[in-house]
Amino acid sequence: MSDRSQDGPRTSVPRLIITQDNEFWFTAAREGRLEIQRCGECRTLRHPPAPSCPRCRSFVWDTVESSRRATLHSYTVIHHPPDPAFEYPLAVGLVDLEEGTRLVADIAGIPHEELTPGMELEVGFAEHAHGDVLPQLRRPSGGAA
Amino acid sequence: MTDGGFSGKAAIAGIGATEFSKNSGRSEWRLACESVLAALDDAQIGVEEVDGFALFTMETNPEIAVARALGIPELTFFSRIPHGGGGACAPVQQAALAVASGVADVVVVYRAFNERSGHRFGAGPPPFAYTANTDQEYRNWINPYGLLTPAQQEAFLARLYMERYGATSADFGQISVLSRKHAANNPKAWFHGRPITLEEHQNSRMIADPLRLLDCCQESDGGQALVIVSTERARDLPHPPAVISAAAQGVGPQQISMSSYYREDIDRMPEVELVARQMWRQAGIGPDQVDAAILYDAFTPMVLLQLEEYGFCGRGEAKDFIAEGNLELDGRLPVNTHGGQLGEGYIHGVNGIAEGVRLVRGTSVNQPAKAIDTVLVTGGSPVPHSALVLTADH
Repeated sequence: MSDRSQDGPRTSVPRLIITQDNEFWFTAAREGRLEIQRCGECRTLRHPPAPSCPRCRSFVWDTVESSRRATLHSYTVIHHPPDPAFEYPLAVGLVDLEEGTRLVADIAGIPHEELTPGMELEVGFAEHAHGDVLPQLRRPSGGAA
Repeated sequence: MTDGGFSGKAAIAGIGATEFSKNSGRSEWRLACESVLAALDDAQIGVEEVDGFALFTMETNPEIAVARALGIPELTFFSRIPHGGGGACAPVQQAALAVASGVADVVVVYRAFNERSGHRFGAGPPPFAYTANTDQEYRNWINPYGLLTPAQQEAFLARLYMERYGATSADFGQISVLSRKHAANNPKAWFHGRPITLEEHQNSRMIADPLRLLDCCQESDGGQALVIVSTERARDLPHPPAVISAAAQGVGPQQISMSSYYREDIDRMPEVELVARQMWRQAGIGPDQVDAAILYDAFTPMVLLQLEEYGFCGRGEAKDFIAEGNLELDGRLPVNTHGGQLGEGYIHGVNGIAEGVRLVRGTSVNQPAKAIDTVLVTGGSPVPHSALVLTADH
């Protein structure tokens, strides 16, 4: 089936699966905005996107733009196996956004030994595999927010 | 039987496997056929009597291909459970349901693959990951950032668990050392005769911090099959029945495959706790009545988390429960006596079900001295989960 040894150094990151449920999020990311889906009835935020609200089952939704301020919830530093889309060791974080939802993104520009759950981070944007512009975690630009 | 349902009505009467290797030298289809024949031979049931197959996904050998190759004329029951190793025990539930309801009389469960010499799960996303549908959409939120393999995806949970409860890499290493000790005495194990020390674990290279190489299970080629019939029939067969006293599946709130990162506590696995509750209710026992356990060990931290979700010890106490020797052969709860997937082989958990059967029969190479009447066998986590309680027929 997929014998990647024949594919040379191509990344194994699958292409984004853009659907009617998640397209808004990737469009916003491309434009440098981090959006969070919000229920149009009960106003509950949700991520990752889904067609209906798990709290009130409404199909009505809009979005709010995130402040992109976040704290590190957990993290890993990946050594193996390497993929050509990344540089290793690669730090990846799970953050709590100020608005209350969580987000996964890679972490750039922070020595790995400094990573600690609870530390303040900021969500920026950077080009990822296949040229997609997606979130990346960084130090807060204005110092400690 | 306390459930009023299928509990106790079906039993595993036969187990059979190929060798577990890094390069089988033959097709996955042939491995499936070989293991099915071996299990039927163990049960002393004719091949033509098979009328059902129950499988789980990531299985490349369709039941109709195995039925055709082995000349099995008719199947009245066939099913397939999603979520890979999380579903490892669920086909046995399917088989027990089919047998207890009379839909089928002889149901075979098998898992056969060249997971080491063919596609390696630890190398990156599997071939089906590249299909654009809702089933794979969850990858949008992890894969583009570098979380591509199961070890990488579990690391967030392990890190948070360490932070919360003061567990260390060496605490995870205890599981690795224990499994390799059991495997060292098991001629069928890939790591037969090759125990490791905690120092070797601590010196093994980092894969996805905090997971080291020796926290990760093997990748293996091989096949393992199980034969399920009614308990009544099993009593007339050569081996003591391993009665299926409980068998359950579980999906928890806001479940996502390998990445349920959006729950309040990501180091909790409500789907495992849900399966645990069903185990105790169906079997009419509690964790204190379990004599031994086969806990799914794709990665060592999951053994600690499962010990806690199943209630063998309190939250955060697994490291101490292990250090006190409870999982040793002479301990309160011998665990992964075959060497686990860390030591024996990675047949996606089905080799662990076979060890559960051997423990109930009293034929494990590492059979504990105490009587083993009740064994818990679990599937993988953190994905939709499954488990079994196998008991001796008293």
